[in-house]
Amino acid sequence: MNAMNTLPKYIVTLCDGPTCMHQRSKTLKAVIEEELKKRGLYETTSLVLSGCLGMCNKSPIVIVNPGYTIYGGVSPEDIPEIVEEHLVKGKPVARLAIEEDYLYNRFYRVFGDVAFFGQQMRIALRNCGIMDPESLDDYLSLRGYEALAKVLTDMSPAQVISEVKKSGLRGRGGAGFLTGLKWENTARQKSDEKFVICNADEGDPGAFMDRSTIEGDPHTVIEGMIIGGYAIGAHRGFVYIRAEYPLAIRRLRKAIDEARREGLLGTTILDSAFSFDIEIKLGAGAFVCGEETALIHSIEGRRGMPRPRPPYPSQKGLWGRPTLINNVETWANIPVIVLDGADWFTTIGTEKSKGTKVFALAGNVQNTGLVEVPMGTTLREIIYDIGGGIPDNKKFKAVQTGGPSGGCLPEQYLDTRVDYESLQAAGSIMGSGGMIVMDEGVCMVNIAKFFLEFTQNESCGKCTPCREGTKRMLEILQRITKGEGIEGDIEKLERLGTMISKASLCGLGQSAPNPVLSTLRHFRAEYEEHIKNKRCPAGTCVDLLSYTITDGCVGCGLCRKKCPVGAISGEPKQRHVIDQAACINCGQCYAACKFNAIQKS
Amino acid sequence: MKQMITIYVNDKAYQVESGQTIMQATDGIGFRIPRLCYHPKLSIEGACRVCIVEVEGARNYIASCSYPVNDGMRIYTNTVPLRRARRDIVELILDNHPDDCHTCERDGICELQRLAYSMGIRRRHFEGEKKNYEKDLSSISVIRDPNKCILCGRCVRLCSEVQHVNALGYANRGFQTVVMSAYDRPFSESVCTNCGQCINVCPTAAFVEKNYTQELFDKLNDSSVIKIAQVAPSVRAAIGEAFGIPPGQAFEREVAAALKKLGFTYVFDTQFGADLTIMEEASEFLERIQGNGVLPMVTSCSSAWMKYVEQFYPDLLPNVSTCKSPMSMLSAMAKTYFAEKIKIDPAKICVAAIMCCTAKKYEAARPELMVNGLPATDIVVTTREIAWMIRSAGIDFLHIEGEDFDAPLGLSSGAGAIFGVTGGVMEAAIRTAYELYTGETLIDIEVNAIRGFQGIKEGKVLMDGKEIRVAVVHGLGHVYQILDMVRNEPGRFHFIEIMGCPGGCIGGGGQPYAGSNSVPLDEEVLQKRAQALYGLDRERTFRRSHENPHVQKLYKEFLGRPLSSLSHKLLHTHYTPKEPRGIITREQTA
Repeated sequence: MNAMNTLPKYIVTLCDGPTCMHQRSKTLKAVIEEELKKRGLYETTSLVLSGCLGMCNKSPIVIVNPGYTIYGGVSPEDIPEIVEEHLVKGKPVARLAIEEDYLYNRFYRVFGDVAFFGQQMRIALRNCGIMDPESLDDYLSLRGYEALAKVLTDMSPAQVISEVKKSGLRGRGGAGFLTGLKWENTARQKSDEKFVICNADEGDPGAFMDRSTIEGDPHTVIEGMIIGGYAIGAHRGFVYIRAEYPLAIRRLRKAIDEARREGLLGTTILDSAFSFDIEIKLGAGAFVCGEETALIHSIEGRRGMPRPRPPYPSQKGLWGRPTLINNVETWANIPVIVLDGADWFTTIGTEKSKGTKVFALAGNVQNTGLVEVPMGTTLREIIYDIGGGIPDNKKFKAVQTGGPSGGCLPEQYLDTRVDYESLQAAGSIMGSGGMIVMDEGVCMVNIAKFFLEFTQNESCGKCTPCREGTKRMLEILQRITKGEGIEGDIEKLERLGTMISKASLCGLGQSAPNPVLSTLRHFRAEYEEHIKNKRCPAGTCVDLLSYTITDGCVGCGLCRKKCPVGAISGEPKQRHVIDQAACINCGQCYAACKFNAIQKS
Repeated sequence: MKQMITIYVNDKAYQVESGQTIMQATDGIGFRIPRLCYHPKLSIEGACRVCIVEVEGARNYIASCSYPVNDGMRIYTNTVPLRRARRDIVELILDNHPDDCHTCERDGICELQRLAYSMGIRRRHFEGEKKNYEKDLSSISVIRDPNKCILCGRCVRLCSEVQHVNALGYANRGFQTVVMSAYDRPFSESVCTNCGQCINVCPTAAFVEKNYTQELFDKLNDSSVIKIAQVAPSVRAAIGEAFGIPPGQAFEREVAAALKKLGFTYVFDTQFGADLTIMEEASEFLERIQGNGVLPMVTSCSSAWMKYVEQFYPDLLPNVSTCKSPMSMLSAMAKTYFAEKIKIDPAKICVAAIMCCTAKKYEAARPELMVNGLPATDIVVTTREIAWMIRSAGIDFLHIEGEDFDAPLGLSSGAGAIFGVTGGVMEAAIRTAYELYTGETLIDIEVNAIRGFQGIKEGKVLMDGKEIRVAVVHGLGHVYQILDMVRNEPGRFHFIEIMGCPGGCIGGGGQPYAGSNSVPLDEEVLQKRAQALYGLDRERTFRRSHENPHVQKLYKEFLGRPLSSLSHKLLHTHYTPKEPRGIITREQTA
C-alpha cells in the first residue's frame, strides 16, 4: 500500500471477497494505482483491499470515501473515468454508482454513528468491507483489542463469563446453545490444561459467512478467542479452518503473527499475567468435521468421526481436556459484547435469540450475498427488502435455511421471524446461516434429493441410521424423481426420516432427514404428483418431462437438427413430431425453437 | 464412594449406583437392552444405535451404552415407537449384508442373526443397493470380507485398544465407509500379527480364519501319506464349547480319539513339544544367566508376539529366546526323530497342527522353520475348524470313548498342559530351571504370583539365594509397557513371558465363538478354560517337563542334551526385523 504521512484525500476501497476476487479485483487495483500515479494522486489517496462487502451480485465493487459512493460492476475500462471525474474533479460518476440499493448506501453512511439502522445491522461483520483486513492498525483504529484490554485490566474471568451469559448470545454454528453457559461449564472444570477452539470448518454448500468474516476481519476472531481463553483459563487456542480457504488462512496467519509481534498474543499479553497463543489447524474438507467432537478428533490427528456426548467437550474435549469450542461468528460477537455491554446487546433481537445473524443469501433472489440482520427479522424482510425479491417476475416457492441440515419453508411461512425457536417450529433450523431462495421453477423433491445426496456422501459412516438410512431414503427419492415411485414411498420416507433424526449419533445425522421431512410437510402434493401421476409440476425432473410440438410449428427444422438422438421428424414447412419413445428429454429442441412451438409438460 | 440414586425403568423405581451408564445400570437390575457395537472390554463407540432407549425429557432416543444415569431419570426400554426404531435400525444393517446365513462360516453362531431374530424382523421394507467388495484373501491366517462387515468397529477398537497393533482403520465416507488396512494394502502386507482377536470380537463373518479343512480332508483321504496330528493344550480346554458344553471342561482323550476317527495315523501332543521347549528354554535361560547372555530373556512361543516384536521392537530381538514354539519343535521331531524311527521318508509325512491360534498358520509358513528343506508343519487348523471337521465327518464327539495320545511324542507333563494359560510357560520353566540350577526339586510348584488375568504380573524366585525376577504379559496391548521397562531398566527382569492373546492361548483367535450366553473375550470363560488346564496339570503323574520319560528318551536316543548342536539345528530359530506397510519409519518422518 502507498505510504501516507497526511490524511488521505480519498479512500478507495476495493472489495476483495470471493466473488469480487473472481472478478479480478486485483487487476482493478493495479489499474487504479497506475491511473493515480499518472495524475500524481497516488500519495494522497488510500487504496484498500477489503473483505467481502456482501454485495456479490454487483461485483466487482469499488467504494470511494468520503461521499460513500459505491460503484458496482466496475471494469478496468471504467477506471480512468472514475479517477478523472471523481478523484480529480470531485464529481461521482453517476453512470456506475449504485443508487437503487439504498440499503447498502444507508448502511455505510450510518456506520460508526449509530449502531443499528435499517434492516441490516452488522456486529459480526462490523469491520468487513471497510477496513484493510491485513492491517492491525486499521483494526486498532476501529476499537480493535480494546475489549481485550478492558478484560485484562478491569474484569475477572467470572465477570467476563457473567457478561457473556447476560448477553444471551447463542452459538452461531447451528445448535444455538447459550454461549455463556458453555463458557461457564468449561471454566468450572478442573484440569491441568484447557483449550479454546474456533470452528471455522464451514461446510454447508453455498455458505461463506465464516470465510468472509475471517477474510474481512481476522483480528476480531483472534480477540474473541483470547477473551474466551482468559475467561475459562486456557492458554492455547486452535482455529480449525478448511484448507479450501487459502485467503482466509493467509490473512488469519498474518493477523496472528502481527498480534504476536505486538504483544497481543503469546506470553504476558499486554503486560498482564495472562498468556495465550493460537495455532491454525487445516481441515481436509470433510463436512462432518464441523461437528465438534469430530473436529476435535481431527485436530488430534484421528479420523474425523463424532463420538457420543456426554462427556461434552467442555468436560472432555481436545486430548481429554476441557475445551471451549465456538464458531467464527460467535467469536466475532465477543469483543462487541465486552465493549458495549450485555445490556446493549440484549436490546437487539428477540426474547430468546439476542443479537444478529449473518446469512449467505443465495438462489433465486435479486441481491445475493452476505447479510447480517437482527434476530427477529422476518424471512420476508430478508428476501424482499434486503434481497430485492425474486428475479424475472417469477413466483416465490420456498426458502431453505440451515443448509443440508435445514428445511424448506413455503410462502405462508414468509413472516416467520428469524430466530432459533421460530425456525424450528416451522420445520427448519437456523443452522450456520445458509439461506437459499427458490422460485416456482424448483422441484422440491429434487431439492430434497440434492441435500440428501450431500449428507449421504458426507456421512462419517459411523452410525447405522445416518450411514444406511440416508442411503435408503436417497434411493427412494431417486426412484420418485425418475417416475418409479410407488405407493407407500412417502410413508417409508417419513418412517426412516423420523427414526434417523431421533436415533442418529450426531447432529449431522439427526438433521440429515430435515430437507425431506420439511418438504414432505409443506409440499406433500408435489411428491404425490410425482408418484401417482408421474409428473414433475416444476418441470425439472428430466425423466418425468415430455416435450410435444404444437400447432405453432412452422416446420423450420431447427429442432430436428438439434435433437441429439434423432427423435424429431417432419417435412419442411410441415408440423414436426417428437417420437416419445426415442426422446431423452434433454430439452434442446425446447431451447432452440424460435416460435415457442414446443411444449414442456 | 458410590452414591445410590433412583431411576425409573418402564415406570418402576430402582436403586442403582450413580456414575454408571444406562446400560450398566439396567444390566444390574435384570434388563438386557439389545446391543451390537458395545463390548465391555472396548471403548464406547455408540455407533450401531441398537441400544437406544427413551428418556423422559429428551428430544431424541438415547444410546444407553454411553449415557450416564442421573437421579430421578425415567427410562423406557420397550415402547412401541422405540421397538420399531430399533427394528428398523437392525433391518438397515441387514439390508446391506449378504443374505447367506445358511452358507455362512459363522454357522449360526452370529450375533447379527440372533439380534435380527430377536427384533422380530420378518419382512424387509428398505432393501436397495448392497456393498460389493473383494474379499481380502492375501493373509495366510485371517480373511477379511468387507461385504459382511456391519461397521460396528469392534475389530478396529480391539486391534488398537486391546492389542495396540492398529492394523485396521476406517476409510471413505457415507455408504462407502469400509474397514481396511493402512493404504488399503493386502492384509498380508499390513502390521496385522495374525492374532485373530478380530475374528473373536466380530459379530458377523467379516473376519474369519483362512480355512484349511478341505486340504486336511484331502490329506486324510490320501493313503500314500502318513498323517500326524498334534493338539495344542488350549484346544482340549475349549473344544467342548463348540459342541454346546459349558466352558471349563477339558476334552483331552476325546480329542485324541476323534482325531484318530478322522483318519490320522498318529495323534501326538503339542504338550510334548511344550515339555521339549522347556528343556531347551530353561537351559538357554541358565546359559544366559551364567554366561552373561542378553537379559532379560523373553519367551518365543506366541506367533503373534513374534511378528509383533519383529516389526515394532526389532532392537530387542536379541532378548528373544531362540527356541522354536512347541508346535514347531514337535513338527521338527516328527519329521526327523520319528520318521527315522518308523523308517519313513519325511516327505511322505503330513503334520497337521490343531491349534487354538490363527497366527500359527503364519508361523507354519515361515521359511526359517523348514526342516531339511521340508515345511515342518504342513497344515494348521483352529479349534473351530477341527470341531467343524469332526461334526462334518459324522463323528459323535460327545459320546466318544477317549483314547491315549500316541508314543513317542504323545506323553506330556502337567507343565506342558499349563502352557496354554498366561503365566504357564514361565511356571513350567521355573519348575525345570530351578532343578537344573539348584539340583533340588521345587516343592511348591504352583507359582501363584504369575497366575491370574492381570495384564502384567511380576514375581520373584530364589534359586540358591539368587533372586530371579520374572514378569508375565498377555495381550499385545500390554507389551509396550514391559518392553519400555526393558529398554529403560535392562536389569529389572531376568525372564519375561509374553503371550499375544488376552489370557494366553486359551483366549486364542481360533477358539470357539462366544455362544449366546457370553461375549467374546469374556474373562469368566477364560478363567474356566484356565481351570480346565490347571486341572489337567494336577492330575498328571509328572508335573515337571524334565520328568517326562519320553522327553528323556528323546534326548538319550537322538538329541543328546539340551542346546546340543542337533538341538540348535532342529529346535532353535532366528528372527529378522520386519518393516510392514502401515509403519512410517523414523527416517521417512525426518
